[in-house]
Formats: sequence, C-alpha cells, structure tokens
Amino acid sequence: MSESLRAPHPYVRSMRGWWRRDPFFVRYMLREATAVGVLVYAVILTTGVVRLAQGEDTWNGWRAALRTPWSVLLHLVLLVAMVFHALTWFEIMPKTLPAIFIGGRRVSAATITRGGWTAAVVACVALVALAWWWGS
Amino acid sequence: MKRSNAPVFWVLFGAGGMLAALLGPALVLITGIATPLGAGLPADLLSYARLAALARNGWGKACLFLIITLFAWHAMHRIYHSLHDLGLRTGALAKLACYGGALTITVVTAIGLLSLGF
Repeated sequence: MSESLRAPHPYVRSMRGWWRRDPFFVRYMLREATAVGVLVYAVILTTGVVRLAQGEDTWNGWRAALRTPWSVLLHLVLLVAMVFHALTWFEIMPKTLPAIFIGGRRVSAATITRGGWTAAVVACVALVALAWWWGS
Repeated sequence: MKRSNAPVFWVLFGAGGMLAALLGPALVLITGIATPLGAGLPADLLSYARLAALARNGWGKACLFLIITLFAWHAMHRIYHSLHDLGLRTGALAKLACYGGALTITVVTAIGLLSLGF
C-alpha cells in the first residue's frame, strides 16, 4: 500500500479570490472591511486619550500629527469607510430586527432602511452643529 | 450546559455598529478633517483646555469611553468573523488576538480617562 493511500489528503478547495467572482460578494467584503476603518479610528482616538492624559504638550503633539497631509488623507479614507458602514448597516438592519408591525401592517424593509439613513443624517448634522456651537 | 459567551460579543458588536453608523461619519469629519484643516470648524475646537474639561466631566468621560470602546468591540468582532471569509483558520488564538485587542483598547482608554480625574 502506498503512503498516499494510508494517509489520505482530502481535497481542500482554494478560497483565493472567491469573493471577486460576484459583485454581491465584493460588496459584502467591502462592508466587512469597514471594520478595519472603525478599528483604525478607535486606535487613533485611544492614542488621543493617552496623549491628553499625559498633558498639554503631548496633546498638542497629537493634534499636530492630525494636521499632517497623510493624516488628513487617512481620515478622508476613514470617512468613506464610515459612510459606507452607515449605508450598509441600515441596509442589513431589516434582516437583524424582529418583524415590526404598525397598525396591523408589517413595516417594510425599505422603510426601516430609509428610517435608519434619516436617523444617521440627523445625528451627524446634530453632532457637527454641537461641535460648532461648542467651539464658538 | 455551559452558557455561550457569544451574545455578549454580539451585543457589543451591535451597539458599536449602531453608534458608528449614526455618529462615525460626523466624528471623523470633526476630529480628522474639519478641525485640523480649520475648515468650517474653529481650529482651536480641540484645544487642551476644552478637551481636558470634556474628559473631566462625568458625561463627557462616559461619551468618550463608550464611543472609543464600542467602536473597538464592533470592529474586532467583525474582523474576527471575516477571518473565515479570507480562508484563515479561526481558533482560540485568533479569538484571543481579536477580543484581546478590543479589551486592550478598553483598558487603555479607561486608565487614560480615569487618570484625568473628575
């Protein structure tokens, strides 16, 4: 009996590039990739908290780092990731929520998604307005 | 029967995802683009005096802590479950690396915020 029959190696299909074969899967992987953006932003903010706790000089160093072109470019990418996260988060929300009934009729998936998008726009505008008011 | 710890991670993922969807774009715009460039928002919006006052206020401290840590738990949970899609084996080590990363961010943020006092 040959070695290969005694110790069989089951065929494992390669997963390389599987998601590039279908636009639906590409969108799915982009959606999951927004998590990297959220993580990078959380690390940037954590660094900010540490710099703030260390004192005024280190805090100003953190602020100076955020003014560099590379940082602004990175934050533009993070902004795109956050917006795509918000879009897709409310797109999948109808699937993660239990069925909602208003007046005996089930609230449609499109209504839930549009409601989420509206809430996000309102929350973002409110936060920018709050920052503007706080800073003036 | 041993209780599953999955619902805890799922709730943290959901809460962080909701917070990031509602406020993430505005936060990145404020802290990373508009304020550093002084475009639309005053450049001294994130001055030491202002941010230290925010971080020493109980509500401000709670907001900063929740935003940062829930973002981290959301992201790490999603990344952990995406490892499978990339064809990577997800064992105890991958789980430890992902959730341990989120826990590290949580502890560092908590120590930083608490050391600023009230």
